[in-house]
Amino acid sequence: MKNNWPLWEVFVRSKNGLEHRHFGSLHAADAEMALENARDVYTRRNEGVSIWVVESKNITASNPEHNGELFEPANDKVYRHPTFYDLPDEVKHM
Amino acid sequence: MSKKEIKNQADGQSISLEEIFDQKIAQDEKIEPKDWMPEKYRKTHIRQISQHAHSEIVGMLPEGNWITRAPSLRRKVALLAKVQDEAGHGLYLYSACETLGVSRDELYEQLHTGKAKYSSIFNYPTITWADMGAIGWLVDGAAIINQVPLCSTSYGPYARAMIRVCKEESFHQRQGYEIMITLAKGSPEQKEMAQDALNRWWWPSLMMLGPTDAESVHTAQSMKWKLKRKTNDELRQQFIDQTVPQAELIGLTIPDPDLKWNEEKGCYDFGEIDWDEFWQVVKGHGPCNKERLSARVNAWEEGEWVRDAAMAYAEKQEDKKLKKAI
Repeated sequence: MKNNWPLWEVFVRSKNGLEHRHFGSLHAADAEMALENARDVYTRRNEGVSIWVVESKNITASNPEHNGELFEPANDKVYRHPTFYDLPDEVKHM
Repeated sequence: MSKKEIKNQADGQSISLEEIFDQKIAQDEKIEPKDWMPEKYRKTHIRQISQHAHSEIVGMLPEGNWITRAPSLRRKVALLAKVQDEAGHGLYLYSACETLGVSRDELYEQLHTGKAKYSSIFNYPTITWADMGAIGWLVDGAAIINQVPLCSTSYGPYARAMIRVCKEESFHQRQGYEIMITLAKGSPEQKEMAQDALNRWWWPSLMMLGPTDAESVHTAQSMKWKLKRKTNDELRQQFIDQTVPQAELIGLTIPDPDLKWNEEKGCYDFGEIDWDEFWQVVKGHGPCNKERLSARVNAWEEGEWVRDAAMAYAEKQEDKKLKKAI
């Protein structure tokens, strides 16, 4: 019988104050097992204080081949950056 | 225009995907799973990463042999933790490999049918406790030398897995060397046991760093893709130069009568490696090839009912949740 365990993505918060970061993936039958396996595979040396697991099929990813179109709207909006605005030299910090 | 080409709007020149890819690698940019890559790059990476993963998994077997017979609780917890790390390393690497579009099942299938290789060193037997020392010291020592350059390899998921592996690996080597130190300053029988283990593991450890540069078929391409940053012979020299003083320090003798410090080159000269033995073991005729593979296949087949039961339970829980919701 081929009844394969699905793939899960693992996100770990290394300490409070930091965001959860992608650590890798693993196979598990359900979410609870994915959490326990994530603890054993990715946090054997106290690398985390919190773990998220999400089944990989639930992640929608952008396609790098479309990066041009996707990120183009940000390219020509230099006025979103503080350096776009001219200030007199006398203003030291703003 | 071919499918592989895209138009560069700015100067009207077309530049192929392969050229963009080569530029990225040359500029030390990482390649990520969904980026375009040449088919050969993908295939080579699947081969190397999966071989690496298989080696971690099979590598648990020779050491697992000694867990129940470790001479003290301290040694036992250390060995257990080391073997558990190896399982972890195998899993990091399998999941890095899966990002290249190959399934875990296909990878296991390749290992179990003998289509994929794993490091030949694990086809040697572990007949005394000193072998646990020699493996940690020499085999993990050689592995570290192989692996450190891979932390900056071009394929993102592989590089990230290797950073994690390398961080964890240094305890493996230190626990092995500590076993050797203890045996080397023990009773004459214990010292002899340590020397015997060194005698048996030295040459296979040198072979572990791969065929000589003249014989190595993948080196040129792998250097270009940063899958390799130093050649096999360079890595081997580095391993020898670093290990010989460690043996001297604890009063053990490297089993090579031709080993001699070369003042002029600033490194050790060493004797001829028996490459026939290496190729014999690679081809499946080592002392434990059959045993290792059958232990692995049995573990997989006998665990099938557990995997099925876990899946059946997960599905049942899911159904229950659905019914409650309705």
